[in-house]
Amino acid sequence: MNLIEKIKEKFGGQVEIFEKSRRRIYVTISKTQAKELVRYLFRDLKARFSIATGIDIRPGVEILYHLAFDELGVMVSVRVLVEKPELKMDSFTDFMPASDWIEREIHEMLGVDFVGHPNLTKLLLPDDWPEGEHPYRKQTFESEKENDER
Amino acid sequence: MSDKKLIPIGPFHPLLEEPEFFKFYVEGERVVDAEVRIGYNHRGIEKLAESKTYDMDVFLVERICGICSTSHPFAFVQAAEDITGIEIPERAKFIRTIVGELERIHSHLLWVGLAGHFIGYNTVFMWAWKYREPVLDVFEAISGNRNHYGMFKVGGVRRDIKESDIPALLSAIDDIEKFCSMLTKAVMDDPVLQARTKGIGILKKQDALDLCVVGPVARASGVAIDIRKDHPYAAYDRVDFEKVVLPDGDVFSKAAVRLLETIESIKIIRQCLKEMPVGPIETEVREVGIGEGIGQHEAPRGEVIHYVRSNNSNYPERHKIRAPSFMNVPSFKKTVIGEMIADAALITAGVDPCYCCTERMAVVDQATDKILLSGNELVRLCQEKTEKLRKCF
Amino acid sequence: MVDLFKWGLKKSLWVYHLGASACNNCDIEILDLLTPKFDVERFGIVLVGSPRHADVLLVSGIVNRQSIERFRRVYDQVPNPKLVVAIGACACSANMFRDSYNFVKPLDQIIPVDVYVPGCPPKPEAMIAGVVKALQKIK
Repeated sequence: MNLIEKIKEKFGGQVEIFEKSRRRIYVTISKTQAKELVRYLFRDLKARFSIATGIDIRPGVEILYHLAFDELGVMVSVRVLVEKPELKMDSFTDFMPASDWIEREIHEMLGVDFVGHPNLTKLLLPDDWPEGEHPYRKQTFESEKENDER
Repeated sequence: MSDKKLIPIGPFHPLLEEPEFFKFYVEGERVVDAEVRIGYNHRGIEKLAESKTYDMDVFLVERICGICSTSHPFAFVQAAEDITGIEIPERAKFIRTIVGELERIHSHLLWVGLAGHFIGYNTVFMWAWKYREPVLDVFEAISGNRNHYGMFKVGGVRRDIKESDIPALLSAIDDIEKFCSMLTKAVMDDPVLQARTKGIGILKKQDALDLCVVGPVARASGVAIDIRKDHPYAAYDRVDFEKVVLPDGDVFSKAAVRLLETIESIKIIRQCLKEMPVGPIETEVREVGIGEGIGQHEAPRGEVIHYVRSNNSNYPERHKIRAPSFMNVPSFKKTVIGEMIADAALITAGVDPCYCCTERMAVVDQATDKILLSGNELVRLCQEKTEKLRKCF
Repeated sequence: MVDLFKWGLKKSLWVYHLGASACNNCDIEILDLLTPKFDVERFGIVLVGSPRHADVLLVSGIVNRQSIERFRRVYDQVPNPKLVVAIGACACSANMFRDSYNFVKPLDQIIPVDVYVPGCPPKPEAMIAGVVKALQKIK
């Protein structure tokens, strides 16, 4: 069974899979189920967590968890939408210690609260940076047709 | 109540080049806890990248870090090319590989020099940096600059390597190889260096996997990952070389992996110079289009990954940059706790933290927050331990 | 070079390098000055570990919000007479980081700068020339 088949078998209709190329797979899933999927990929399928990306889009903050399957030469990016205004997401640090720093960075840059993170303090910004100001938030949104052609 | 004291190394410690703040808590001579405070070097580059065009961004990301200057453009242009799906010309792939491997050699030699200084082998520092110079000369011959080469662009490379220059380059590579082999042998056979670095600062394989470390730090702990082999790009699937993996996870293994890798890099460069096909060096890219792309490169410190989202304008909508040290620096906590304070400077160097890549060392009293030992003193402790060891031989 | 040699005999220059938020390249090239190819120690130029012992402050990088206070403190610690040499495009102006949200002000609006050595990074020869110009200012 190849990677996509394994994911489909376990998560079925909960995921939307886009195979951009042999090396690039994008999996969209709801934020409540993302933890199970990432845990499955990281613990059971032994992926390596490469990094997470946070992007400010109109409905919320989109987080992509990029997991590398080095033996296959494939990157799987798990796409999750964290809605505004609550901006709450589960922390993955309990099963994936490697996500510690990037959750702190997304928190300070975009304002997402990672519930369960042991130490959600500033990472890169100075201590006296004003509260509530998140540098990576957009002032305007360039493209309205975000979800189409990707 | 234990008397935990905290030792900060940095910021502005002259040997740790970038402002960084490593804090060590000690009980007596032993480190019981450690913290890293980064952010002194934060320049807001990801946000800046959104207001610059793709072409300008290549120059911007080059300056994230001077040591692995080419690594960020390497990953960035591949991310942009991943969006468009274009194939770059063969010759460009080979030139990219040559530049990437030359950088690996210069970066590892630089590291060996710094680690040598920390241990107290100033001769190693002088040698390593002296023999770095021919590598920088090769860079200058190829690109016009010793550092910040400006060789990459979306779609290919900016400058060609003249066929008539290749014999001279090959001969320079031969000289560099002689020195690297000599240095590798000298370091790996030296009994004092072995005693000083073996068994120190061990990162266990399971910790390496949980923390998802990359590069020589991972390979020295038995984690056999190397983007050049696992997710091949440029000309890496056209050349023969080995993944250098060692099992012990200590500072010695980290040094050995880096030294042995320089020898592999020389092999790669030689093959590329000999087998590079003639042809164009770039594919014209008119627009990046709409979409997202990921680019990866095995930098000297490990995987660099860039993610780009494009909205069909000339400016990236989002440009995420993740340098290898972002994953590796957190692992230093696992390696330094339980060790002697005299080894702290060395263990920290073992992670080869390129702070400007990530963001960017002291013993401080936990109760009063007063500095007990400065960075200079920590390096001196490190050097003194070597002296004591040397007397046993 | 002969003039420089005479100067070296007259005054041994102690230099403290202050790396602000830099990419490191200038810093590495400054350290390079110590290595055999350039070997500035033969001119009596010594890299010191504390600002209190310095005659010349070599500054590289841009000053960001995290480091600005520590920066001013280091400048005050250098005893008079002192000279400040801005090494590299970042220290001279702000290079391409001037629009960054973390950037404060160009260096010369925070402390007085005597010599500017532009380049990204400046070659070691240019840095030596910069320090020599600084020397001539003392004269």
